[in-house]
Amino acid sequence: MSGKYQKVAYYPGCSLEGTGHAYNRSTKELGKALGLDVVELKNWNCCGAMEVKNIDPKLQTYLSSRNLSIADDMGFDTVMVPCNGCYHNLKKAEYDLANDAGSREVVDRLSSKAGHKTYEAGNVETIHALDWIKEAIGEEGLRARVKNSLKGLKIANYYGCMYTRPRHIFPEKDKGPGSESTSKPHFMDDLLAAAGAENVDYPLKTACCGGAHTLSDSDTSTKLVLNLLTTAEACGADVIATECPTCHTGLEMHQVRAEKVLGKKTTVKILYFTQLLGMAIGLSARKVGVHENLSESAGFLRARGLG
Amino acid sequence: MPIHEKSLIRPENLVTHEHLEIEGVDVSGHWSTFITSRAVTDYNEQMEEEIGALPGGEFIHRCWQCGSCTNACPVNAINPDFNPRYWIYLIRMGFEDELLRDKDIIWQCVSCNKCTYACPRDVIPEGVMKATAHWLELKGHTEKKPSMTFDEIFSEQVFATGKIEDGLVLRQFFARTKQSLFQDWLIALVRGLAMRLPVGLLMKLGLATLFRPRTRGWGAAGAAIEEYVAERKAADRRSLGLDVQGAE
Repeated sequence: MSGKYQKVAYYPGCSLEGTGHAYNRSTKELGKALGLDVVELKNWNCCGAMEVKNIDPKLQTYLSSRNLSIADDMGFDTVMVPCNGCYHNLKKAEYDLANDAGSREVVDRLSSKAGHKTYEAGNVETIHALDWIKEAIGEEGLRARVKNSLKGLKIANYYGCMYTRPRHIFPEKDKGPGSESTSKPHFMDDLLAAAGAENVDYPLKTACCGGAHTLSDSDTSTKLVLNLLTTAEACGADVIATECPTCHTGLEMHQVRAEKVLGKKTTVKILYFTQLLGMAIGLSARKVGVHENLSESAGFLRARGLG
Repeated sequence: MPIHEKSLIRPENLVTHEHLEIEGVDVSGHWSTFITSRAVTDYNEQMEEEIGALPGGEFIHRCWQCGSCTNACPVNAINPDFNPRYWIYLIRMGFEDELLRDKDIIWQCVSCNKCTYACPRDVIPEGVMKATAHWLELKGHTEKKPSMTFDEIFSEQVFATGKIEDGLVLRQFFARTKQSLFQDWLIALVRGLAMRLPVGLLMKLGLATLFRPRTRGWGAAGAAIEEYVAERKAADRRSLGLDVQGAE
């Protein structure tokens, strides 16, 4: 425990107010139980996601920068983001504003017309919920707080695309021991191992779930997700741990769709890492929103003495 | 560069004579298989510049055809015709007809950025795929693809309120693409969820569809964005030599 990130600004993003409800709940409950202070950004807006980026990348940079400027105004130097998409976009905005004059120009123009300060690159650090727990509590701190060990739970850790790619927007990664790796990320593995879980050697940690086209090209997404699910099962995993609401609901939706459309049934459970850590430190399954997931795993967890 | 030559050996470009004798030697059947000769006359010399002028296409000129993008691509693993390296080659050479053979799959890029991660030349192939799909639509080579409809619905909500409500995006997308909401997999999902959720949360989710989430004081930002988007659209059309008034 380093004393860092004990109090951070919190940017939930749109998904966490909708389909990713359980991720929002479990992140906040986990923070509370661990004694960490989380203050939601006032009047935040959508980060622009993949969709606005496809309309115009600089516009997405503006949308993300507005949130960073709010964090700055509220006096925070760190904003914590659980959603991979939002996290990626805030990071991308930070990079573009520091390195691309064209983006700065657009952000400047839109910020002044919208009536707020242009965000100054370097003022606020964007961190993922994984960085937050890893730095503020750490493996040792977590180990000391475990009440219901995840012992015997075999977990495939799934990080998805946006947490590590493209590499250039994550300058703090790939810095050797202690830092996160973009090719073989391990922060989630480290935390869940500290909570007693047995991580399986999952080769698809950063493979794609097809989340960008989860509705517009469902057949492609179903094939990509089915590959993630069957590979996790082949690795002996009971659970896939997730850290992104788009990946998480994508896995849940296409697990059902693979069964209904392709006749391929898989039974691996899908849970947010914050739900797993929350239960490990003694929170109930209900408290971390297991019943709010699209997929059913309450029975499985009860049988394992969790929740 | 030899890559384009794969188009020469498609079945329709091969000729085999059942009975053929050349200078007294019987070369009937497979022995007489020829590739029909082809002279390329339909170069589109503007294509690289036009796609390079659209957002995402900026760095297409850097490509040196190593193939790392296609090698890393998960969509290529599902459909071998999905080949970013080949498309970048065709665009740079100006082989428009050959590119148009794949016009209906280019939009399927899932933006996982594996290509961008692997690319040693920082071409940002993911951006090039988006620019190419956009170019195909602007030029009228393809109709509006479902992903573009999705992007538009999503963006309209953000521009109007500062946020999206994902249930509303889903319903509008199904409506605008004329698909039924009553897909058995969707019904199974909703039914499972409804059985488990407490009444309070269901009420809350229901209310979110009546009172859409919005960012307070969004008006000025929304207006500035709308103005900027209209400007960008006109600029994109101008760069392709299209009528600016024809937008929408």
